[in-house]
Amino acid sequence: MPIQYYIYLCLTLFSIGIIGVLTRRNAIIVFMCVELMLNAVNLLLVAFSKMHLATALVADKATKVGTDGQLFVFFIMVVAAAEVSVGLAIIVMLYRNTHSVDINFLNRLKN
Amino acid sequence: MSITEILFFFLSALAIGSAIMVLVSKNPVYSVLWLVAVFFAISGHYILLNAQFLAIVNLIVYAGAIMVLFLFVIMLMNLNAHSEPQKNLWMKLAGVISGGCFLMVLVSLVRQANELSNKKALTVEGNIGLIKNLGKVLFNDYVVSFEITSVLFLSAMIGAIVIGKKD
Repeated sequence: MPIQYYIYLCLTLFSIGIIGVLTRRNAIIVFMCVELMLNAVNLLLVAFSKMHLATALVADKATKVGTDGQLFVFFIMVVAAAEVSVGLAIIVMLYRNTHSVDINFLNRLKN
Repeated sequence: MSITEILFFFLSALAIGSAIMVLVSKNPVYSVLWLVAVFFAISGHYILLNAQFLAIVNLIVYAGAIMVLFLFVIMLMNLNAHSEPQKNLWMKLAGVISGGCFLMVLVSLVRQANELSNKKALTVEGNIGLIKNLGKVLFNDYVVSFEITSVLFLSAMIGAIVIGKKD
């Protein structure tokens, strides 16, 4: 599968995530769009790791090039899980104090 | 068209369509369910790339744990389509135009890149994505970062409890 197809797919998913962050005001939906962008990057990392494997396999049949890329994806997932738990706790506190999940309420932080 | 290409285009259409539905849905619960569909499509892509470990981890961590957490929070707050805050139309239009400009710039960049021509991602061959290989590298070369990850999780857990505690 040509690598360009994967790049176009991931760019589209990433742009949809950006549009979601810019157009929605519900804090939970904004957070979900951030998750969507993280997943687009993960898919691109896996595709690139298999691309480098394809070029390295020509010279050496037993090469393990590309393992690092897949482990980075694993660590990104770990960090995303930690981020979600803290972020959702912050959103719950926002809701408890303002009875809304509108991110425009966060304007008050600047005073 | 081979079966790999058919699967690729089917999963891509599923991912992009579900991602658009995440944005369009008025009800946050529907948005979460469409996002789960996106994660299933991305897991299908991982299986297609023979990254079986990441496919299972993606399903368990994202579609299983994180999305259930989102659903819990949404149902705890009793959000629905009526309480949904809306931006005005011009702000939405500006967001879509700026996101589209970003997409256009990056696509034109990729189209001009000579380094990427004739490069292929192996779809079925290659066994670097199996658990055996990844586990060996993870517990030999990356064992320090793996341990630091446990500290990160502990601090995130304590942070979530401290923030969410009633005071």
